[in-house]
Amino acid sequence: MADTGIVNISSLNKLKKSKGTKVKVVIKNLSVFYADKCALENISMNINVKEVSAMIGPSGCGKTTFIRCINRMNDVIENCTVKGSVVVDGHDIYHPSIDEVKLRSQIGMVFQKPNPFPKSIYDNVAYGPRLHGIATKKNDLDNIVEESLTKAGLFNEVKDRLNETATGLSGGQQQRLCIARTISISPSIILMDEPCSALDPIATAVIEELIDDLKKSYTIVIVTHNMQQAARVSEKTAFFHLGKLIEFNDTRTIFTNPREKKTLGYITGRYG
Amino acid sequence: MSSTLNYAIGSPISSKRINKEKRFQIYGILALLFAITMLFTLFFTIFSKGFSAFIQTRITLNIDLNQEVIDFEGKRNLDTLQQANYQKLIDDSLKLHSLNLLDQEEIELKNLRSILSPIAYLELRNFVIDNQDFIGKTKKVSFVASDDIDQYFKGKFDMTLPENERRISDIQKIFVDDLKLKGQISKVFNKTLFTKSDSREPELSGVLGAVIGSLYALFIAGLISIPIGIGTAIYLQEFAKKNRITDFIEININNLAAVPSIVFGLLGLAIFLNMFLMPRSAPLVGGMVLALMTLPKIIIPARAAILAVPNSIKDGALALGASHMQVILHYVLPLAMPAILTGIIIGLAQALGETAPLLMIGMVAFIPDTPIYMTDPATALPVQIFMWADHPERAFVERTSAAIIILLFFLILMNSTAIYLRQKFERKW
Repeated sequence: MADTGIVNISSLNKLKKSKGTKVKVVIKNLSVFYADKCALENISMNINVKEVSAMIGPSGCGKTTFIRCINRMNDVIENCTVKGSVVVDGHDIYHPSIDEVKLRSQIGMVFQKPNPFPKSIYDNVAYGPRLHGIATKKNDLDNIVEESLTKAGLFNEVKDRLNETATGLSGGQQQRLCIARTISISPSIILMDEPCSALDPIATAVIEELIDDLKKSYTIVIVTHNMQQAARVSEKTAFFHLGKLIEFNDTRTIFTNPREKKTLGYITGRYG
Repeated sequence: MSSTLNYAIGSPISSKRINKEKRFQIYGILALLFAITMLFTLFFTIFSKGFSAFIQTRITLNIDLNQEVIDFEGKRNLDTLQQANYQKLIDDSLKLHSLNLLDQEEIELKNLRSILSPIAYLELRNFVIDNQDFIGKTKKVSFVASDDIDQYFKGKFDMTLPENERRISDIQKIFVDDLKLKGQISKVFNKTLFTKSDSREPELSGVLGAVIGSLYALFIAGLISIPIGIGTAIYLQEFAKKNRITDFIEININNLAAVPSIVFGLLGLAIFLNMFLMPRSAPLVGGMVLALMTLPKIIIPARAAILAVPNSIKDGALALGASHMQVILHYVLPLAMPAILTGIIIGLAQALGETAPLLMIGMVAFIPDTPIYMTDPATALPVQIFMWADHPERAFVERTSAAIIILLFFLILMNSTAIYLRQKFERKW
């Protein structure tokens, strides 16, 4: 059982390879504390532009905390302190001169549970552009909504019912709507926090295809519980354990020839 | 080991459990029946007592509008018309009617006069001023009957009692019975109840002043407590850091909700009246006291409603680059609004029915004038009920119940609004 895991994945033999191009995000000595509890310890990592980087690891290892640092969503949590630096496109986002609200409009996020707003499908996608004044005319707004929904692969399914409430969609559709909502304000990075954990395998497959598509234009950081998913969608994989970054490398390397014993143990199903 | 399992209902353990559950259901139904019976008893007593107050007895008399008495000079001068001796005209008419009916020796004019309300002469005066052509002719004029006659025709008096124990004398009885026979007694809708304020005479009293006083006070209470209440709830729930001070504030808000309302009245008396020298008996001050009382009742449900807005929605909006305040305005408040509104309306409905704090700031007084400004002395509906319930006159008993019906009407109206608003907002989202 322990050995089959590694064989299965490598037998796919479709593991992507990092092109090792430009670096988008540089994370240096990042530590996060909830009150006194250390949730992340001294993480350093480079995230490449227009690639998918997957974060894997057992529950409570700090994956979610980690990606919430990249768009400063942790600021919302009381007693949460972040140390170290996260540099996006050459700007330290924790510098006092950075407006975290503006920052979040350039680094989008998709959450674990689909969280469409209790509004119509149209208004869900149009909220961001309206908020940031990207489109003021009805025509422009219509175009953005259509384009975003098309990119998220949802437009054909919902084009006749854009004014119906979004909560009536299926789980997978809701999650694609959330992705459409995120790309409606054209961020450069999309953070995905276990986007498929509440979905069935078919909806998961659709989203994974979508991620493959999206990485042509966006840098994607995805947290996942599912190692196969990480293997399928990502170029780079980071393995977290108990708040530490154990290993970060090309996905192929991680799944076929991990350097660390802990990584091997996790991907072969010995724990986690 | 037995191969057959006993799933049958008859087994002792399961029948014991089933009986227990049935018993519990029966208790529930009994409690419900009891509550419904009580409610219906309450409504029945109030309505059966109060219904007759909506009907008023009027007496029509043939009045000889004597030119000599009203306007001797015939100039139709308004001053002259206003100062004429209308009581004499009424007295003459009453005497004329009694000629063939009663032994003239026994009649005391006062006795006959008192079948009409004390302001009968004013009614006649207004009638004459409005219809100056009628002067010199004999016309039928309708007057409000006195409360005793009104009650007599509504059958509230036991006429088998000896005369000196009754509110109406034999002479009056014979006189009004004859009027009734001749069709000069009519029962009409009691407009006075809605168009007049308090009066010493039951037949001339109404709830208008009290209703206006209540509405003014409620308006002020809402104006103060709604924005402060919602603002406090948002601040405490969304912005305030969790520490000892906020814990302390939270505990105290919860405690305030349980403070007896008369204490708020004392506070209002000490601060608004004695320190700030605001007017006594004014709906403005009443409203401010009621606002203090309503605040915790708005804050507590509003906080619960804000807390109930899912974090996932807030995170979703934050991640799209909305600021904290935008998230609150665009998502938190609209989603929490139905529950907040319910809290507000229930809080204000309670304030509408509140008597004790208003007593302390002097809104319990005999105020025959209808308030125009918010600083005019006024009373409130529940206080009016409280005062009328204290009057010995029989006719105030039914008016007390009528005022309760009116108060209940307003309460039901407010609660229906709450339900309507809640459903409307929920449908939208």
